[in-house]
Amino acid sequence: MSDLHDLTVAQLATKLKAREVSAVEAAHHFLARAKEHASLGAFLAQDEAVTLAQARAADARLARGDASPLLGVPVAHKDVFVTADFSTTAGSRMLQGYRSPFESTVTRKLSDSGMVCLGKLNCDEFAMGSANETSAYGQVRNPWDTTRVPGGSSGGSAAALAARLTPAATGTDTGGSIRQPSSFCNLTGIKPTYGRASRFGLIAYASSLDQAGPMARTAEDCALLLSALCGPDLDRDSTSLDVPAEDFSRALNDRLDGLRIGVPKEFISDGLAPDVRAAVDAALAELQKLGARLVEISLPRTELSIPVYYILSPAEASSNLARFDGVTFGHRAKDYTDLEDMYKKTRGEGFGDEVKRRIMTGTYVLSHGYYDAYYLQAQKVRRMIADDLQRAFQQCDVIAGPVAPTVARCIGECADDPLADYLADIYTLSASLAGLPAMSVPAGFGAHGMPVGLQLIGNYLQESKLLNVAHQLQQATDFHLRAPKGF
Amino acid sequence: MALTYDDIGRIAHLARLELNPEQSERMLTRLNDFFGIVETMCAVDTQGVEPLPHPYAAIQDVALRLRDDVASEPDAREANQRSAPAVEDGLYLVPRVVE
Repeated sequence: MSDLHDLTVAQLATKLKAREVSAVEAAHHFLARAKEHASLGAFLAQDEAVTLAQARAADARLARGDASPLLGVPVAHKDVFVTADFSTTAGSRMLQGYRSPFESTVTRKLSDSGMVCLGKLNCDEFAMGSANETSAYGQVRNPWDTTRVPGGSSGGSAAALAARLTPAATGTDTGGSIRQPSSFCNLTGIKPTYGRASRFGLIAYASSLDQAGPMARTAEDCALLLSALCGPDLDRDSTSLDVPAEDFSRALNDRLDGLRIGVPKEFISDGLAPDVRAAVDAALAELQKLGARLVEISLPRTELSIPVYYILSPAEASSNLARFDGVTFGHRAKDYTDLEDMYKKTRGEGFGDEVKRRIMTGTYVLSHGYYDAYYLQAQKVRRMIADDLQRAFQQCDVIAGPVAPTVARCIGECADDPLADYLADIYTLSASLAGLPAMSVPAGFGAHGMPVGLQLIGNYLQESKLLNVAHQLQQATDFHLRAPKGF
Repeated sequence: MALTYDDIGRIAHLARLELNPEQSERMLTRLNDFFGIVETMCAVDTQGVEPLPHPYAAIQDVALRLRDDVASEPDAREANQRSAPAVEDGLYLVPRVVE
């Protein structure tokens, strides 16, 4: 059964339903692969007994003729979703060994759909990072070149998928954390409209931006997963949208004739590496062949999205991370003189450098005398950015462009220059600030044979349109089918 | 306006973070580098622009949804305290604050 890991979610589900393979066999296969490739650093927690118990339960449902589309298919979750059966750390020393008393809505919904959990995946600490270099539990390596980063913050999800250690994974995207690692690892990943997927049980980084979504190898697989994990969660998440769950696979096969694809001129800028530009241009040309029409549009405040995001997200993070004080859960410093000293030492020891930097930034911009100049100003410019996008959607149906300015960089390359990573988020931040659905789809390969992703941004609730465009591109190209050597 | 070493100490105190002198130095450099790019945002004319605290508010009015103030969760004290640093007789143990 050596080719089981090469199957897509849809293919594996078909085999499971036909009883050509059992959920237990599939679980064993992927658990063995995770062990074999443990040096990638993708998994943080696994429990064979729990996984196999879930697989046996899935097999029992299959035997009863249950036709749930994802029944028995393995999945692994980014370690920011709390899970009752596996520990949750958010990649932080602060939460080492933490076991949640409850289950996040997203993981519960996937579990209810019959998916079998393989474990928890490494990520940047509290999802703060663009390279999976800030996890307290070590670097994740990119299977396409293990000297390079997989992207972040959902880097463990991306590496595990690219290495065929799981057929599907969850991720979260605050400023691009599903799209950028998907691009760096030749995957398909979608961040739905803000509010589409529940944030209940998702360890918060920046609450007005965080959004859960699926990562897989094809648009078809992402559609299946998205259909299972989205939906209103009105009692548990005050930001959940009151929009009914839908079948995101319904438009996959629609033709692209007449589709207007807006290409922002600001995305094709001097900072874009020639190899990435070439791959993106080729993908756009392919979409034209499929009947789409390219329209030049302008998002004039693209560059401003960087300071706006890096003011707002730390502000929200500084508030969200105030709960990590060593009192009711998580790490507590051993030696202290009084309560305040305990807070300071606990937080000083428990958080990594990047998290401390963002807490400090957030605390400063929210502090007396600076709130208006930084935080309030950023919220106003955020509206201007969102308005620019709405104006753009009067000229086009979907926006397309690069995900990141370059292919995945080498590990440690930005160790002394975190600002360089911030600047590289330039193409993903606008959609995040506006809460729009956006995805990355494999578009080819650039320098050093590394993958390049095409970003697609849709208007609110237009996920099925994005998945349609991605699926049609994947019917015409084979980039998404290619695997890294040795995996 | 560049941050000073004293500012770092003040912010770290507000954030309840202990930083050693080397960390404070590094933090000062990094934050000042960062606020260099923030100046472009501060210069934008936002007169008359409403802030956008919730992304969906870009297309429609968003009111914070509230639920009735009734207990909805069962008693799960044991499960909740499973990850606590110190517990005794079902109570969280916290450091002494009054001598």
